[in-house]
Amino acid sequence: MTLLEIHEPGETPLPHAGEGSLAVGIDLGTTNSVVAIARDGKPAALHDEAGRAMVPSVVAYPSAGGVLVGDAARLLMAEQPRAVVASVKRLMGRGAADLQAVAGVLPYEIEPGSGETDMVKLRVGGKARSPVEISAEILKTLRRRAEDALEKAVERAVITVPAYFDDAARTATRDAARVAGLEVLRLVNEPTAAALAYGLDKGAEGLYAVYDLGGGTFDFSLLRLEKGVFQVLATGGDAALGGDDFDRAIAERLLAERKKDGLVDRLDEAAVKTALALARQMKEQLSERDQTSGRLEIAGVPSFHALTRPEFETMIGHHVARTLDIARHVLADAAMAAPDVQGVVLVGGSTRVPLVRAEVARLIGKPPLTDIDPDEVVALGAALQAEALTGGSDTLLLDVTPLSLGLETMGGIVEKVVPRNTPIPVQLAQDFTTYQDGQTAMAIHVVQGEREMVADCRSLARFELSGIPPMTAGAARIRVSFAVDADGLLTVSAEERTTGTAQRIEVKPSYGLSHEDMADMLYDSLENAEADMTQRLLTEARVEGRRNLLALDAALTKDGALLDAAERAALDAGRTRLETAIAGDDREEINAAAEALESLSKPFAERRMDRGIREALAGLSVKELESRVGE
Amino acid sequence: MDHFARLGLPAALDLEPAALDRAYFALQRQWHPDRFVTKPASERARASLEAAALNDAYRTLKDPLSRAVYLAELRGVVLPGDGKTIDDPDLLMEAIEAREELHEAGTAQAVEALAARARAVMAKSLGDLGGLLLQDDKPAIRKALLRLRYLDKFAEEARARRTNLERAKA
Ligand SMILES: Nc1ncnc2c1ncn2[C@@H]1O[C@H](COP(=O)(O)OP(=O)(O)OP(=O)(O)O)[C@@H](O)[C@H]1O
Ligand SMILES: [Mg+2]
Repeated sequence: MTLLEIHEPGETPLPHAGEGSLAVGIDLGTTNSVVAIARDGKPAALHDEAGRAMVPSVVAYPSAGGVLVGDAARLLMAEQPRAVVASVKRLMGRGAADLQAVAGVLPYEIEPGSGETDMVKLRVGGKARSPVEISAEILKTLRRRAEDALEKAVERAVITVPAYFDDAARTATRDAARVAGLEVLRLVNEPTAAALAYGLDKGAEGLYAVYDLGGGTFDFSLLRLEKGVFQVLATGGDAALGGDDFDRAIAERLLAERKKDGLVDRLDEAAVKTALALARQMKEQLSERDQTSGRLEIAGVPSFHALTRPEFETMIGHHVARTLDIARHVLADAAMAAPDVQGVVLVGGSTRVPLVRAEVARLIGKPPLTDIDPDEVVALGAALQAEALTGGSDTLLLDVTPLSLGLETMGGIVEKVVPRNTPIPVQLAQDFTTYQDGQTAMAIHVVQGEREMVADCRSLARFELSGIPPMTAGAARIRVSFAVDADGLLTVSAEERTTGTAQRIEVKPSYGLSHEDMADMLYDSLENAEADMTQRLLTEARVEGRRNLLALDAALTKDGALLDAAERAALDAGRTRLETAIAGDDREEINAAAEALESLSKPFAERRMDRGIREALAGLSVKELESRVGE
Repeated sequence: MDHFARLGLPAALDLEPAALDRAYFALQRQWHPDRFVTKPASERARASLEAAALNDAYRTLKDPLSRAVYLAELRGVVLPGDGKTIDDPDLLMEAIEAREELHEAGTAQAVEALAARARAVMAKSLGDLGGLLLQDDKPAIRKALLRLRYLDKFAEEARARRTNLERAKA
């Protein structure tokens, strides 16, 4: 549309709707998720109508059909427990072998995948669904919220992941974004994002620690902040430790108390979910008071329970101790001591537990920092990074690998190739050889973890390098290269180097999602794509329409005198029509009104143009004019 | 390109940590993949390689021992690859005795004392290494580096033992 496209010198054109979509920051949490946007270095979380930034990470597939996300899904929990999933993040990239880690914490019917590296699925709403597609529903909701708030298409995002997420969980997160129609600009570690928010917003400099205890994960990172450089020195954590575990401890006690009172419960999914919900309520109350009580009703039978803060603290003591242990290890990894730390930033809802605060303060020897809302700080950091990545910036974010990467060697021992806390991106190689005469193939098993034995580490991928020319044992030189990109994602390749007949093989370990799974999910999201697309087009038409109104108003203010009364009245009518159309939902009408307004304003635009040229020429000599034309 | 050249630093054992950081940060500002998110794939790939090489260089040169080993290797000194093999009989004796001492140390303080001794010896031999490199005395360099590598491992083990003792006490 060419409506009044005259710009005064020094006046910047209004941003155009088509100029690339906006990039947001997303904290995809176990319990709550937040989407934020940064403009000119100022990040802000996007709120719903009720003013809440947090979207509960709960997804429901109600029997009536459709998908619900957030509070609506949470409300359905009591009524249709088997249709509702919470804390799905704990299952991202998890296979049957990991189920032990989450068994009991999550009251779901979990279907192990068939192979060793198949991701588990959840039976929910009568269908087996992968954690990736469930997460994608949360991401779609956040994306919609952003598009509504910003009135612009949102197709790119920085998404945060726990620093301690392994390759499989990172890949799964990326896949979920893809299913939700989001291009991931970068996966940023949650504590790093929090540090970014503090460093950029509060101007913190020096050695900082970030202690992030959320619903399902714990991370502890140590960063050096100086002059726009955010250098992660070391990081550590536990991808299955958080407030969920506190809830479980209380829930177990509640159920045990019922048993002691002679109540015989059939502990089905609904019963466990109800107990967990009450447990969480009591836990959160104990952050404010010394004691609390609650009423639990299972299958119509009520029971009453009381809990004091000291009792609760005893129950969770070992979890908190574990976080401190991890923190000490991270400090040691960076060859630092607690007194070197200038400040410790608290992130995550579970840092509201007074015991956690007190213990962190004791460890570091300083009161922790909480001046940025611990619920939003991660999303704010992600938004800042999204802006930096798309708009350019001087900030430099140097992150590390949280876990060592290696290969299985003889006897099931791990040979580490990329040690933990190596700055990324990184590319490191190690040479191996054949151990049998005439050996023509070599099995390569990629693992992640700190333990010495393969059995104790996480298996990421297995593949075989074949076509090795027959040689005596020990003569072949097999080089295995590990490349970890800036998202923390791994690619492994192998080649035989003595013969030049380089057999090369490259693997991107992708835990658990078969191609068919991925195809199905993309197909499902395509089914909804039409509705999404309609919405998008409507949003775009509105934005474009508003832009035109703004341009017209500016022109009228400046050059309104060029119009006679009748012309002015016609323009005003056209203007009102477009305004009304924008307020409605009819894209065709918005476009029609905009077109009508454009033809109405054409004479005005031409007159402005003429005048603009005349004015521009008035003060110029012929010579200057010629040199201008030559420009 | 060797790691020193990549970072624009002189190939020397003595390296001011702040100078290393400065060179590294400046080059990462130029090459880090975050700077190339909206660039074509070919440029992104190039940046990723450059940034990875910078990280490798930084990591190798940051730690004084790994810097010393790298420098020696540049000078043609060959060390056993796995970092575990000890082929020097004197060092082997020293290692066995030290391990016994560590085993017998029953308190965190006793372990810390052993670790402190190992660190002191390391600091001294790292200092001596500078002279050996100047004289280009390859067998002596090799011997010194193997001993340093061993001491480093010992300090690491002492650290683990100390943590265990402290945890047992808590
Ligand atoms: N006042 C409170 N006292 C104690 N715990 C709280 C309080 N408020 C929230 N929590 C707990 O914090 C957890 C949620 O924290 P948060 O929203 O930071 O997690 P998340 O970001 O979703 O999870 P993660 O970062 O692990 O993926 C829940 O376990 C919740 O019960
Ligand atoms: Mg979180």
